[in-house]
Amino acid sequence: MTAALFLEQLLNGLQLGMTLFLMSAGLTLVFGVMGLINLAHGSLYMIGAFCCATITNMTGSFLLGLLAGFVGAAIAGLIIEVVVIRKLYDRDHLDQVLATFALILIISEGTSWIFGSSPLYLSIPSWLSGSIPLSFGEDSNSSYPIYRLVIIAIGLIIAYSLYLLITKTRLGMRIRAGESDREMIAALGVNIRVIYSLIFALGAALAGLAGSLVSTLYSVEVGMGEPVLILALVVIVIGGIGSVKGALVASILVGLVDTLGRVFLPNILALFIDNSQVATLSASLASVLVYILMAVILAIRPQGLFPANA
Amino acid sequence: MTLFAKQATNLFKTNLSIKTIAMTSLALIFTSATTMAQADTTKIGMITTLSGGGSSLGKDVRDGFQLALKMSDNKDIELLIEDDGRKPAKAVQIADKFIQKDKVDILTGIIFSNLAMAVIPSAVKKGVFYVSPNAGPSALAGKGCHENSFNVAWQNDNLHEAMGNYANSADLKKTFILAPNYPAGKDALTGYKRFYKGEVAGEIYTKLGQKDYAVEISKIKASGADSVFFFLPGGMGIAFMKQYSQSGSKIPVMGPAFSFDQGILGAVGDAALGVKNSSQWNKDIDNEANKTFVAAYQKEYNKLPSLYSSQGYDAANLILSALKKSPVSDKDAFRKALKAADFASPRGDFKFGNNNFPIQDIYVREVVKEGDVLTNKIISKGLENHQDAYAKDCAM
Repeated sequence: MTAALFLEQLLNGLQLGMTLFLMSAGLTLVFGVMGLINLAHGSLYMIGAFCCATITNMTGSFLLGLLAGFVGAAIAGLIIEVVVIRKLYDRDHLDQVLATFALILIISEGTSWIFGSSPLYLSIPSWLSGSIPLSFGEDSNSSYPIYRLVIIAIGLIIAYSLYLLITKTRLGMRIRAGESDREMIAALGVNIRVIYSLIFALGAALAGLAGSLVSTLYSVEVGMGEPVLILALVVIVIGGIGSVKGALVASILVGLVDTLGRVFLPNILALFIDNSQVATLSASLASVLVYILMAVILAIRPQGLFPANA
Repeated sequence: MTLFAKQATNLFKTNLSIKTIAMTSLALIFTSATTMAQADTTKIGMITTLSGGGSSLGKDVRDGFQLALKMSDNKDIELLIEDDGRKPAKAVQIADKFIQKDKVDILTGIIFSNLAMAVIPSAVKKGVFYVSPNAGPSALAGKGCHENSFNVAWQNDNLHEAMGNYANSADLKKTFILAPNYPAGKDALTGYKRFYKGEVAGEIYTKLGQKDYAVEISKIKASGADSVFFFLPGGMGIAFMKQYSQSGSKIPVMGPAFSFDQGILGAVGDAALGVKNSSQWNKDIDNEANKTFVAAYQKEYNKLPSLYSSQGYDAANLILSALKKSPVSDKDAFRKALKAADFASPRGDFKFGNNNFPIQDIYVREVVKEGDVLTNKIISKGLENHQDAYAKDCAM
């Protein structure tokens, strides 16, 4: 394996990690600050993708589409928070799971009413398509799609902005305070309800952005959010619930493990078993690798890598 | 009980009894009407994928099937359609409902082989006929063959075998092969390798329904392959082709018809131009049945038919042709009539082998542009009068 190929696969892992980070940042904040399990987070990802696809097809501008995905999911998140989620903060986790699971069904069914059950497809805008070479010299076969680099860049920018928001602003201070002691911050006269709504909308917007970004790579369809939601839950469990830093580290870890597992498992397995079995076995093993990672980390550090309330 | 309550219940009872009588008599009228109709109505249950990433396949099969029913003069057929959402458990549930509650005579429609494996073996054992318009897993063609199970399309390996044969004739020496990790995916790569004589540059099974192929594409680019053979039906193929064309790879791709068929060429776009693919049917096959089919389909649905449309159309016509000879209630005669495959298929002549899978020609096609529309044209015959490799294991 050449260095360029290894770099290419590292970038693939990083790109998957960044998509997961956008999903899990909101999820972990909502979980950490409000103590709420939101299974409908995947639906917000789907709403973002559908908003992006609709606006891009209407206006022909992918940038407007991205904005629509971000804003559309934020608005949807705000409505969901005010109408449903607000009543769930004091309830049991089981009630929250039930209610947000119902939201998944309602939103999925609603989306297939409006858009039908056929997937939508978006093309990458021409100024973002193409690829750049990773290595110079005789091995010119190695190149990387510009669009995936853009996803990595956006993920990093969002991660840095979140860091600034949480550590340097007044709102961030209140979020951290809310995470430590909900009753006390309310008693100090801070309107915790507004903070809750803002966090929920922010998380929704990031999920919507993730959905919009991948809408040109994959298909936009009903139910696209659930597989990502499962991975995002794995991420926040590994990272430590409530910690954005943990979500970032765990996203990249999950992205790399999943990607490099798919890359190297066939080679590793080939050392031990018969060649004809390698392809199928490594495919099955690669698909459970991130869950094995989660189990191992939970066994060593039950609170996750960076527990928020440590 | 107080007097008032007693009166209330009595009132309720009388009210109820009047209602009951009225309802019962109404129901009786309806049931007698339906039993009368049922005497010669054939009930067909279609379990197919109408939502999610595989939905375009199911919709085309359904549309082709319904078109054939509409064009036929046999109006005593009741078609029930349910969406399986590509979930095996759901398909089994629908099959149970069709067989036990609706009492269907024939089942059809399943697109994906993992669903087919979950439904067909137990359904045919219950005495129902199954006519497959798509999925043809090897397990049902060999030892697991059954007299009531027919496949009007192909055994899963067939189209891939034709591509393997084509690769030899095109002098390809190092192919990278790729398919999802499920029964039809394994059949696909086995089929390709059965005929292909060159070296395999790499072999990957991906997750069924996988959307991101960045890892696989990087591997392909680094493998030094001279060609890529992939089988990724439905949305998977579209995602793969879009990402592949973005990756800057110059290695040519080829595959079975599934990823380059009419239904998805629009979504794949110009990246598909020039790609060779194999199919048992194409719209330019020159016979009367095909001309009638293509014209009627375009008139009815205002688009070109796909491979799947032709398979749905064939499945319905096979059932219609058998019904002309025998009612479905006479199982032995009906089975014999199905086996005769006595109808004009748009693909041209074909017959059933001992395992009730087709023996037929398979063509190699190329993706071309006709005006603004991407479509396929036949460039050569890949395999002639081809039978699957599992037929010899079938005891029938």
